Amino acid sequence: MSVATVNGERQTANAYDVARIREDFPILHRTVRGKPLIYLDNAATTQKPNAVIDRIVRYYREENSNVHRGVHYLSEVATAAYEGARTTVKRFLNARDEKEIVFTRGTTEAINLVASSWGGNNVREGDEVLISALEHHSNIVPWQLLCDSKGAKLRIIPVDDAGDLLLDEYEKLLTPRTRIVAVGHASNALGTINPIKRMIAMAHANGSLVLIDGAQGVPHLRVDVRDLDCDFYAFSGHKVYGPTGIGALYAKQELLEAMPPYQGGGDMILSVSFEKTTYNALPYKFEAGTPNIEGVVGLAAALDYVASLGLENIAAHEQDLLHYATACLGEIDGLHFIGTAKEKASVISFTLEGVHPHDIGTILDQEGIAVRTGHHCAQPLMMRYKVPATGRASFGLYNTREEADALVAGLRKVVEVFS
Amino acid sequence: MSDLRELYQQVILDHNKNPRNYREMPEAARKVEGYNPLCGDHYTVFVDLDADVIRDVSFTGSGCAISKASASVMSSTVKGKTTEEAQQLFEVFHRLVMGDQGGLSANELGRLAAFSGVSEFPARVKCATLAWHTLNTAIKGEEQVVTTE
Repeated sequence: MSVATVNGERQTANAYDVARIREDFPILHRTVRGKPLIYLDNAATTQKPNAVIDRIVRYYREENSNVHRGVHYLSEVATAAYEGARTTVKRFLNARDEKEIVFTRGTTEAINLVASSWGGNNVREGDEVLISALEHHSNIVPWQLLCDSKGAKLRIIPVDDAGDLLLDEYEKLLTPRTRIVAVGHASNALGTINPIKRMIAMAHANGSLVLIDGAQGVPHLRVDVRDLDCDFYAFSGHKVYGPTGIGALYAKQELLEAMPPYQGGGDMILSVSFEKTTYNALPYKFEAGTPNIEGVVGLAAALDYVASLGLENIAAHEQDLLHYATACLGEIDGLHFIGTAKEKASVISFTLEGVHPHDIGTILDQEGIAVRTGHHCAQPLMMRYKVPATGRASFGLYNTREEADALVAGLRKVVEVFS
Repeated sequence: MSDLRELYQQVILDHNKNPRNYREMPEAARKVEGYNPLCGDHYTVFVDLDADVIRDVSFTGSGCAISKASASVMSSTVKGKTTEEAQQLFEVFHRLVMGDQGGLSANELGRLAAFSGVSEFPARVKCATLAWHTLNTAIKGEEQVVTTE
């Protein structure tokens, strides 16, 4: 850290006042098993600020109507809120145009949309789809389904012992048959932040497209899809302090235009007869049926909230927690980190000698501490490190150093029970 | 801490650290895998039957303390029992971890009583019953892989 002046330090403290920020999250004031909740499972889902909760309530109390349909007042209000949210997402990702933002149920549906629609048209027998060893099941299985149906091959970029992707191997795996590279922005299981800008440039030089699974990127990192030059970027609302069941796919406009619809139904059509249906313009071609309007307005409220705190401020706070917690946890005998990449999001995966992660999870839960234990929907990655499961503490914008201390104390209790 | 001591009783900690009958039995008549996809607990249960008597039972695999201790206690409890008796014990055990002692005293429950604390931890019931489900399948001679999902 650079040396700051007294004034400079005060400014930083004012810019990011975690005690005040915690006031925005009502759930953080409840107790669990008689203890104050210590929520360290943010990579699974984040808690919601009043700004999001109140926005959804206001939508139902004052604005509820179907979108893109009625000429009546409420339909216009709901449509304006829905389309305004699209503009918010566009700005948040720095996309060129609202047409490039498709609302989905989440990252999983966004990846399935691309694998099915783009992949269905562009991947042929003998082609290759390249993913990495770090991927979440949601960025593995849709591509497996595609490859199985097309007779294409799924190739895997390997990872080193620290959790960094092997870029030399990546380069070798890029072949004339590589149609698309699908890789996570950050790993949910290990925290590794992948050098995606460089990986995208390498793929493009090879003539391959790139999809970024941004589920763990958007909550921690500023995302600029134009600077990255990615072809697809998928993320989920609930990982970034928004509601569950909503997310978005960014895709370059020319790609979306050439892609067939993913699902058929209302809203995605211009005209329908039994002989022929004309599809609606972008992005509506990919949004069949009445959408998750409450989710969309809640997502926009979440992105506005995060932007109001400042992504750089959030990142600095989370990196401080990551380094502090890593140092404290490292002092526990028998604790091993799984994932020590050079650049990490605020995710710490670990094992404790002689204690299974589920027992760790149960004992910490008795202390009011929520962590994830298990395979983190990344079973191939767990096999790579020869562990059946890990414990995982993941820090969000509202966590504190005191909570990291409580985690360490809880883990010492685990050691005591099993000694 | 008191609830935790109820869950992680000495018997469980002991069987977790030193599981009984923890070995492969290549000659066993029945061999079934039990798997909890949610948490990754994974065991193989081997059963050697003499008509309807369980001559020997063993297991291998990995998982949390509750699942491993349960497999260990199960293996030593059902050895020498008939398959019907083993199935009855499974029912008693299942009720116990759901919070119903079935009117049986701790004495009558024997080593199984160590698992009474599991009922306070609903998320761990599957851990405690995985090996038993697997044994039950092996006895019935059904499919070769069991999951608790």
